[in-house]
Amino acid sequence: MSFHPQMDYAPAQFHRSARKLAEPGEPFAYTAENQARFDEIVQRYPPEQRKSAILYALYLVQQQQGYITGAGMRHVAEQIRCTAAEVEDVVSYYTMFYTKPVGKYVLNVCRTLSCALLGAERVTEELSGKLGITPGHTTADGMFTLIEVECLGACDRAPVVMVNDDWHERLAPEDAGKFVDDIRAKGRAAFTGCHLHVEKGKAG
Amino acid sequence: MAYEPVLIKDVREPGAYTLDFYVKNARGYEGLKKALTLKPNDIIEQVKASGLRGRGGAGFPTGLKWQFVLKDTPKPKYIACNADESEPGTFKDHVLMERNPHLLIEGCAIGCYAIGAKVAYIYIRGEFYHVQEMLERAIDEAYKAGYLGKNIFGSGFDCDVYVHRGAGAYEAGEETALIESLEGKRAQPRIKPPFPAVAGLYQCPTAVNNVETLCNVPLIVLNGPEWFAGLGPEKNGGPKLFCISGHVKRPGVYEASMHTTLRDLIFGDHYAQGMKDGRTFKAIIPGGSSVPILLDQHLDTPASFDHIQKAGSLLGSAGLIVMDDSVCMVWLAMNLLHFYRHESCGKCTPCREGGDWLYKLLQRVERGEGQMKDLDLLFGVANNIVGKTLCAFGDAAATPVLTTLNHFKHEFEAHVREGRCTLPAPWRARHAAMAAH
Repeated sequence: MSFHPQMDYAPAQFHRSARKLAEPGEPFAYTAENQARFDEIVQRYPPEQRKSAILYALYLVQQQQGYITGAGMRHVAEQIRCTAAEVEDVVSYYTMFYTKPVGKYVLNVCRTLSCALLGAERVTEELSGKLGITPGHTTADGMFTLIEVECLGACDRAPVVMVNDDWHERLAPEDAGKFVDDIRAKGRAAFTGCHLHVEKGKAG
Repeated sequence: MAYEPVLIKDVREPGAYTLDFYVKNARGYEGLKKALTLKPNDIIEQVKASGLRGRGGAGFPTGLKWQFVLKDTPKPKYIACNADESEPGTFKDHVLMERNPHLLIEGCAIGCYAIGAKVAYIYIRGEFYHVQEMLERAIDEAYKAGYLGKNIFGSGFDCDVYVHRGAGAYEAGEETALIESLEGKRAQPRIKPPFPAVAGLYQCPTAVNNVETLCNVPLIVLNGPEWFAGLGPEKNGGPKLFCISGHVKRPGVYEASMHTTLRDLIFGDHYAQGMKDGRTFKAIIPGGSSVPILLDQHLDTPASFDHIQKAGSLLGSAGLIVMDDSVCMVWLAMNLLHFYRHESCGKCTPCREGGDWLYKLLQRVERGEGQMKDLDLLFGVANNIVGKTLCAFGDAAATPVLTTLNHFKHEFEAHVREGRCTLPAPWRARHAAMAAH
């Protein structure tokens, strides 16, 4: 008897490399301000360990052009003094780097257990219906990208949605549609933020 | 006697995160001042005597970890603080860093002094951007006040603390993977030995400590190891943060001694106040998603490392996920395997491939398309991951499957028999396509 289960386990995508190269993109270089920030951060590590600053360098690229292109990776390689392949190795591993354009608001819905127990799957469904896209896609107007992510570390305020670098806590499925409308109308002011920011009057 | 919180007592006070507040209300940086009058080795001895155990998940004695850090070497030494809090159900370091960041900074500085390091890196997960802002603000304050930088308190001791932002990788919470990520590589674990204490960051001796662990160090130096050990059961001393989430009335982070029972934490008035919507308790995962489930009959167990282990699970990161009777255990295993399949770093074959197999098998059973022999296959695949990987991730990924099969095999069998999910809760996805992909 074969040890392999009778299942669609190895579809064609696994037989050859499913790896897609990042788009080459326009020629890229840091703005003077970003260059200065990089030069400052790299000082935090021993001089022969510039590679430690690679995640920071990539965040700067993403901040500057919204996502990371081949040209962006080559620029980082020059800054770090490593090969472009090493940069791509890192980019392809971490989930917070985007290699294609994303919407103005990236809705990261936590899908892991504690959030799921309080309706995260339904939140994704409602958002998906409201926006007319499935997870992993961006609306035609370039406003929203919907992504499902794993545990965000705020399980007591489930379900949690991270929008770009901001947080929105306790998003009930029935409020998901209104949440989208609120973002369109009010931008960042629509987010609850983290409840621990008691100073900002956002305690819950 | 009621337990008096020490780690998160003031977190709800306005301005609790400022240096001013910390110095005035929490004897801020007095621990560091006192530590610098002692010999480094005396601090390690005090931490050993206190019985402080790592709060990240493994519960390894912190004093021993520091003692193992290689002393006779010309290389620099490092503290790497693990703030990559990613274990599902865990959110305690989040509070500490956001509302009490100076306690962590003081802990880092004392740790550096004890092991002979001059630099501490706080590796914070990329998603905690708002937390990172608070932490960096606090570090700036500490530098300006002379608690970090050169010649602290005129003792000749120099210490730098830096925040290093991750970019979304659960695996970066494993100590050697964290070091790899700090070095600017993929967060994948190394073969041990050598342990980080001998060859860690940049191949230099390194102590990797959890946020909550380091936060306890200033308290031990200030109040003494006997005070610390006296707070909890034998070998489980000190204050402990418990993260309670799931189907409870009042989820949140609670500080308690490890004498407190699971039942108190879930049903106690001072804690989570019982089950939501009048429903019945079904099961609890007591230490983050990677540990075995405990049931009603285990609830009178004190929530300490040793007691929970005796009951058949682990305290882990003290992330208590409480579930009521609406939870389908096949769905639960599937939800968690989606997590582990996604987060496996891909280095070891059993975990990378096995996680995917487990997920697909669970999906099949959950959809009602499974056969009885799939249950044996689940068991077989899971057991072929356990103990066969470089880091504990493999065991963690197999655990949700093994523990649900162990306690709730009848639910799996019912799925197969009836050809459908026998417990479809209203809070789950309504469309099959969304439920599993």
